Amino acid sequence: MPDTKIRVLVAKPGLDGHDRGAKVIARALRDAGFEVIYTGLRQTPEMIAEAALQEDVQIVGLSVLSGAHMTLVPRIMELLKKQGQESVKVMVGGIIPDVDRPKLVELGVAGIFGPGTSTTEVIGHFERAVTAAPAEG
Amino acid sequence: MKLAEQVRSGEILALSRLLTLIENDSPEGQEALAELHASTGRAHLVGVTGAPGTGKSVLVNRLTQHLRSLENPPRVAIVAVDPTSPFTGGAILGDRIRMRDLSGDPGIFIRSMANRGALGGLARTTSRMVDALDAAGYSIILIETVGTGQAEVDIARAAHTVLVLEAPGLGDAIQALKAGLLEIADILVVNKSDLPGAKRTARTLRAALKAGSSEADWNTPLVMTNALDGEGIPELAAAISEHQIHLRQTGGRGEKDRARVIGEMERLLLYRLTDRFKAAQIDGAYERAIERVVDRELSPLQAINELLKNSS
Ligand SMILES: Nc1nc2c(ncn2[C@@H]2O[C@H](COP(=O)(O)OP(=O)(O)O)[C@@H](O)[C@H]2O)c(=O)[nH]1
Ligand SMILES: [Mg+2]
Repeated sequence: MPDTKIRVLVAKPGLDGHDRGAKVIARALRDAGFEVIYTGLRQTPEMIAEAALQEDVQIVGLSVLSGAHMTLVPRIMELLKKQGQESVKVMVGGIIPDVDRPKLVELGVAGIFGPGTSTTEVIGHFERAVTAAPAEG
Repeated sequence: MKLAEQVRSGEILALSRLLTLIENDSPEGQEALAELHASTGRAHLVGVTGAPGTGKSVLVNRLTQHLRSLENPPRVAIVAVDPTSPFTGGAILGDRIRMRDLSGDPGIFIRSMANRGALGGLARTTSRMVDALDAAGYSIILIETVGTGQAEVDIARAAHTVLVLEAPGLGDAIQALKAGLLEIADILVVNKSDLPGAKRTARTLRAALKAGSSEADWNTPLVMTNALDGEGIPELAAAISEHQIHLRQTGGRGEKDRARVIGEMERLLLYRLTDRFKAAQIDGAYERAIERVVDRELSPLQAINELLKNSS
């Protein structure tokens, strides 16, 4: 009997020192039935890509508060692609200025969530992102 | 190239995908694993069990670092099992937080998994995932159990060498005795040796060990470690290696592998027969039997006997 769960990596790249937002999302995802791999603070893009590869996640959720999203996110996307994981959906949460949003979308980011977004909204978006995609994880 | 071949040739993405297929019990995963079976049996499987907070993940981190610093370092895979929430079916798998020192080393592969409701410390598919890692060429595989503090007997079957962790200040030693954890220990680890009370914990456990050992010809050693700074880790690695040699010399390795095979085959047989039996029932007979048991008309045993009689 097949038993399938959506596996998500929740990571906190960059050097700023708190992961409250990431933890809130991780818990909300768990409560919605996701399996969440949580890697903690201060992850480099290389660490995030490596974890995504070994854990075979369908979604990578990034919590970025440091303002370094325009260097961190493209780098992570590039690494995912290089290791054959271009089908992984990358979601970004945090403080993203309006001018940067189109650039991230252009890069292929599947969702951007500002500080005011409700967890219900985030979860709905995560669910749609993987069910809309072809079955391959 | 086929999935099994990609895995054998060391492709990480293929391995990772295979692990997901196995975890989800998909036919494609079962097929690939069947093809890989001939390439399994080379890895040494080390179980790491003990109550939550005893330091299993931190210890796995340090131990792996140590193993990778050896001359001719073994390739190391880690499978860390965490509990699934019984209410939501979701899980937070957080063991990687403690293993960040291991990132960037291509000789290490870490996989987190949820137990998906299974009792006994492992998920139903953990052993099969371990087989895939074995076939992929990892020569040491560390399996971190959920750590309920209860007797997680599954690990005794799933691993060749079982480390049971204790730490001072967790109401520990007596608890471990009660839970029967000492009986499955091939190596007893008193972690957090830097904390007060560690020596006392070790003394209590040493006395208990004398009373009853797991195998007649193996004296379960007790190793004290500080998984934060690495003190005692080389001694622990040496004890694991000694146990590995001991198993090889006494034929214990073959016995353990056989027990593992028996366990896996019985489990598969159980699921297969159950599925086949249910499929062979005349429309709704099984469900009707369930209702009759719920209504106290029949006992479960009577219901099953009746179904068996009618379908033979
Ligand atoms: N003082 C001390 N703390 C430790 C040691 N090993 C682990 N810890 C701490 O114990 C806590 C639980 O560790 P963790 O590896 O997550 O435990 P697990 O639940 O058994 O996997 C963490 O806060 C660790 O930093 C040790 O040797 N000494
Ligand atoms: Mg742990």
